[in-house]
Amino acid sequence: MNAVLSPVAALGRAVQNVLGLIGEVFIFALSALSHLLRPPFYWRRIGRSVMEIGYFSLPVVALTTLFTGMVLALQAYTGFSRFNAQSAIASIVVLSVTRELGPVLAGLMVAGRAGAAIAAEMGTMRVTDQIDALSTLSTNPMKYLVTPRLIAGVIALPLLVAVGDILGVMGGYLVATLKLGFNGTDYLHNTFQYLRTDDVVSGLIKASVFGFIIALMGCYHGFKSKGGAQGVGAATTSAVVSASVLILGLDYLLTQVFFSS
Amino acid sequence: MSTAAKISVRGLNKAFGDKKVLDGIDLDVMPGTAMVVIGGSGTGKSVLIKCILGLIEADSGSILIDGEDVLKATPARARALRSQIGMLFQNGALFDSLPVWENVAFGLLAQNKISRRDARAKAGEFLAQVGLAASVGELSPAELSGGMQKRVALARAIAGAPQIMFFDEPTTGLDPIMGAVIDGLIVDCVKRLGSTSIAITHDMASAQRIGDVAAMLYEGRIVWTGPAASLLDSDNEVVSQFTHGRREGPIQMALRR
Repeated sequence: MNAVLSPVAALGRAVQNVLGLIGEVFIFALSALSHLLRPPFYWRRIGRSVMEIGYFSLPVVALTTLFTGMVLALQAYTGFSRFNAQSAIASIVVLSVTRELGPVLAGLMVAGRAGAAIAAEMGTMRVTDQIDALSTLSTNPMKYLVTPRLIAGVIALPLLVAVGDILGVMGGYLVATLKLGFNGTDYLHNTFQYLRTDDVVSGLIKASVFGFIIALMGCYHGFKSKGGAQGVGAATTSAVVSASVLILGLDYLLTQVFFSS
Repeated sequence: MSTAAKISVRGLNKAFGDKKVLDGIDLDVMPGTAMVVIGGSGTGKSVLIKCILGLIEADSGSILIDGEDVLKATPARARALRSQIGMLFQNGALFDSLPVWENVAFGLLAQNKISRRDARAKAGEFLAQVGLAASVGELSPAELSGGMQKRVALARAIAGAPQIMFFDEPTTGLDPIMGAVIDGLIVDCVKRLGSTSIAITHDMASAQRIGDVAAMLYEGRIVWTGPAASLLDSDNEVVSQFTHGRREGPIQMALRR
């Protein structure tokens, strides 16, 4: 009987652990958000976090979106030329980049760069008593360390994605005009002909949500890390993996919300 | 006696899973007194002061600061009572993302008590009090030696003029001379501020230099209290074995395989 029940018990424990983790992350996020409207406000920390998450991620996001736009144009051309539908390439590139690839790829890149950095810094602070030291200096660690990063994530990622959208379109434009022989004016005309405000705004809203998730996962796993260098390493891995999975899952849900009708 | 104590701990219990670390601790620290808590590694000395600081939640018991139980106080009142405590962590716990001067003036800046320009000047004064030049303030904590980091951490702890100071293993990892220097600075700072202090240490020389009163923590309880100067002469078997570092005696080190 025990042999039959043990897989069920293991499954039950796993489900219980996952639900417990979700609840813990939810409470952690609520606790950080509860400081949004209560002074003191650490404007300098918010500015610094925007720089760390946004400005310093600009090169990697710029390269990723530029090459993505270039590859998209090339792939779309090889596929659509079979049906004499080459004129749709510009629309394919701009809609793919603004709606999906810009926010998702920027999110994944920032999760790998800034999310890992947040978790590593916070984890090191935890295992070296720096977070406890904050408490002894009359400073709430959630308010000082977590809330500014959540705000910064929500602000920085849409800015990055806005830049990424432009570069992605530019990548498509470069390939289309320099390699595939498209007329530049016609390509740009086709790019903006079917582009709606909703396409760009939905991508920027997705980016805000992804920015929040990246900062939240980095802070949560770093904050809860324990056990020295190994614990910090595990926290960093968990932050990147969980943020990446959540970005992909939420991307589907948000797309469903924005475009299902 | 407990009504006059600055800090009074009664029946404090704390367990981590099955392991009972604090088992009914009773401890009184009188105003202006320097208490040293000694005990083996893993006996709960750090847990005791972290419970008083609110960094670890005690399971039961009471912790009175100026006669008020912080465990029963409202969160705001508990924070206010604990805000009078300054802490020197074992490894310094300096914020490595900030320069030294900002570490020292952190408490003042965090409470918006002072502008950044004034804070930088004030940090220089506190650094001078621990024997460091103001120019050290521009360095990063990673650029400092262990002894200098301890001094900076001490400067940060005294910057808020705390009425109570905790020192967690203040001389661990330092050479004997630097250890004596840090002890001297601790005694000076505590006297200058008129603070009540609790230090935890294994270092008997340090315990006698910085402590007026000593307490021995063993198996989750305070088993002996007395003058710090009499630590090495105590008749208590546990204290005697510990202070003289003898292998034989009532203290059996738990060996795990």
